[in-house]
Amino acid sequence: MENKGILIYVEREGGRVHPICYELLGKGRDLADKTDSKVSCAVLGSGITETAQELVAYGADTVYVYDDESLATFDSLAHKQNLVSLISEVQPAIVMFGSTLTGKALAPRVATAVEAGLTSNCTALELQEDGSLLQVRPAFTGNFLAHVKTSSDITMVTVRYRALEAGQKDEGRKGEIVKKGVEKVDSGVKVLGKGEAKPASIAGADIVVCAGRGLRNADDFELVQQLADALGGVVGATRPLVDDGWISKDHQVGFSGTIVKPKLYVGVGVSGSPQHLAGIRDSGTIVAINSDPSVALFRIADYAVVGDLYQVIPQMIELLKKK
Amino acid sequence: MHIIVLAKQVPDIEKVKFLRETNRVDRKSADSEINPFDLNALEAAQQMKEQLGATVTVISMGPQSAEAVLREGIARDADRGILLYDDSFAGADTLATSYTLAAAIRKVGDFDLILCGETTVDGDTGQVGPGLAERLGVSLLPFVSELTKVSTDKVTAVTETSAGSLSVEASFPLLITGTKELNTPRLPTLKEKLRARKAEVEKWTAADLGDVDPVKLGIAGSATWVESIALPPEKKRKGEVLQGEDAASQLVAALDKAGLLKG
Ligand SMILES: Cc1cc2nc3c(=O)[nH]c(=O)nc-3n(C[C@H](O)[C@H](O)[C@H](O)COP(=O)(O)OP(=O)(O)OC[C@H]3O[C@@H](n4cnc5c(N)ncnc54)[C@H](O)[C@@H]3O)c2cc1C
Ligand SMILES: Nc1ncnc2c1ncn2[C@@H]1O[C@H](COP(=O)(O)O)[C@@H](O)[C@H]1O
Repeated sequence: MENKGILIYVEREGGRVHPICYELLGKGRDLADKTDSKVSCAVLGSGITETAQELVAYGADTVYVYDDESLATFDSLAHKQNLVSLISEVQPAIVMFGSTLTGKALAPRVATAVEAGLTSNCTALELQEDGSLLQVRPAFTGNFLAHVKTSSDITMVTVRYRALEAGQKDEGRKGEIVKKGVEKVDSGVKVLGKGEAKPASIAGADIVVCAGRGLRNADDFELVQQLADALGGVVGATRPLVDDGWISKDHQVGFSGTIVKPKLYVGVGVSGSPQHLAGIRDSGTIVAINSDPSVALFRIADYAVVGDLYQVIPQMIELLKKK
Repeated sequence: MHIIVLAKQVPDIEKVKFLRETNRVDRKSADSEINPFDLNALEAAQQMKEQLGATVTVISMGPQSAEAVLREGIARDADRGILLYDDSFAGADTLATSYTLAAAIRKVGDFDLILCGETTVDGDTGQVGPGLAERLGVSLLPFVSELTKVSTDKVTAVTETSAGSLSVEASFPLLITGTKELNTPRLPTLKEKLRARKAEVEKWTAADLGDVDPVKLGIAGSATWVESIALPPEKKRKGEVLQGEDAASQLVAALDKAGLLKG
C-alpha cells in the first residue's frame, strides 16, 4: 500500500450518520497512522454540512461534503457518480464502505467503474508487513473464513457492522472540511413512497431474544416480547417464522436476514441451522433454550437450558421482574 | 419483452467439507444445486412471462456440470439456456464474472430486464448484480422484495434500503436483484422436468463471446484472490447445561453475575 490514504464513504440513515462509519473511522485512523497517510470521508446528502465536524472529531483528516437538495434521498447512481469523480481526484489506496444494504448496493458499482477489487462483508482488516491489506471475510454461508488480498491499485472493502471498534472521539481534533460541487445524475428510478420506518434495528442491539419454530403460533411472540422487555433487548426470529408471516423480515436473524453481534443472544425453540448460526456466531454470551438436548445451537451455547420454553420463559420473566 | 435471468451453481452448503490438510474447501464433498436465491429470480421471470408473454433467457457461467442449472431454468419455462464454459473463465472474482456475463449479455442482444439473486450461498458477496448493472450502464433496483406492478416498459417495486423499504418505479432497461421475499418458487412438474432434460443447452466459450479482452477473464481479470481459507475460530463457550426445576433461576443468576442484566 502506497501512502495515498484511505477514503471512507459516510452512510446516513434517517438523518444521522450510521454508526458503522465511526467503526470505519476507527480502523481507517489506525491504518493511516501505521502507514503515515491520511483519512478522508465523503458525505453526501442534503443539509449535512454540520456532520462534517463530528467526523473530524472521530478521526478524519479531510471531509468532502456533497450537500445538495438532489441528494436528499439515497440514489445509488448519483452517489456512485460523485464518488467515482472523488476517487479519481484523491486517488486513495483503500476505500471503505459499511456492509449495509446501502453499502452493498453502492460499493460494487463504484468498484466496477474504477476496476478495483472489492471484498465484501469483511470482519477484520490487517495490515501486513509488506504493506498489503489482508481482508478477512466469511464465505460459504459463514461456515468458513476467507483471507483475501487485492492486486488492483485501489483496495475496496465493505465491512460488517459491529465487527470493528469505533474510534475515540476528540472534540479538539483539527481537520479540513471541503465543500464539493455536486454532479447531478438521473438514475431513472422514481421514489413513489416510503414504507414504515424500520423498528429498532436488531443489528445494533445489545440483547437479542430470538424465537424459532419451537413457538406454537404467532400470538406467542407476546411471550417472547415480554422476555425481551424484561432483559432490555429486542425480538428476533428464525427464517421459517418470517416466511410464515408471523413477524417482519427486519427481525430475521441469520445469513439471509441480519447478522447480529449482541452482548447477549437468547435463542428459544431454535435448532441452530448453519444459516442461522452464521448470523449469531460472534455474539458475546449465547443462551439456548430447547427441549431437545441434541440440537446444534447447544454446541455453541454458553448456557444450554434443556426445557420447554413455555415453562422456562414465564419463570425467567417472574425472576427478572423481581430484580 | 426479453428477460434475462442469471443463475449460478453452488455446492449444497450443509454438506460441504473443509480439508484441513490443504486448507481448502472440498467442493466435491457436496452435491451441487442452483443457488437458492436464483430460484426466486426464475420464479419472477416465469410469472412475468405468464402475465405479459415475455421471452426468458437463462445464463450461467461455471463448469460443465452447471448445465444442470440451465435445465432447471428451462424446466421453469425459460426459452433458452446458455452455459458460459471455458478454462479461461475459471477462478473469476466478481469483477471478472461481471465482465464475462456482460459480454455474453451483449452478445445475446437487446433485453428489457435482468434478474439476479441477492447473493450466492458460496461466494456470499452480492456484488455481481450491481457490478453488471454498472458494466451495462443500466439502472439498478437492489434488494427487491416485491414486484408490485410489471408492464412491458417499466416496473413498480418495493426495494429494501438501510432506512426502510421504498416503493419505486423504474423504466427498462433495468437490473433487479431479488430477495427471498420476492416470491415462493414453484416446483417444476415431472413433465416440465422431462422436457428440460431433452432441451438443448447452448455452450459458449470465450471465442463465442466475440470482442473480449482475454486479460479481463477468469483469474487474469480478477483483482482479488483468496490467499487461504480457515475455519472460523470457535469462541470459547462455557457450555454449561442447565436443566430441571430451577434451570430458569440458575440461568438468571448466571446472567446477573456476568453483568448482563440491566439496572
Ligand atoms: C439459502 C438459505 C438461507 C437461509 N437463511 C436463514 C436465515 O437467515 N436465518 C434462519 O434462521 N434460517 C435461515 N434458513 C433456514 C434454515 O435452514 C432453517 O430452516 C431454520 O433456521 C430453522 O429454524 P428453527 O431453528 O426455528 O426451526 P427448527 O429447525 O424446526 O427448530 C425448532 C426447534 O424448536 C425446538 N422446540 C420445539 N418445541 C419446543 C418447546 N416447547 N420448547 C423448547 N424448544 C422447542 C425443537 O427441539 C427444535 O430444535 C435459510 C435456508 C436457506 C436454504
Ligand atoms: N457464475 C455466475 N453465473 C451466472 N450468474 C451469476 C454467477 N455468479 C453470480 N451470478 C449472479 O449474481 C448474483 C449474486 O452473486 P454473488 O455476487 O456471487 O453473490 C447471483 O444470485 C446470480 O444471479
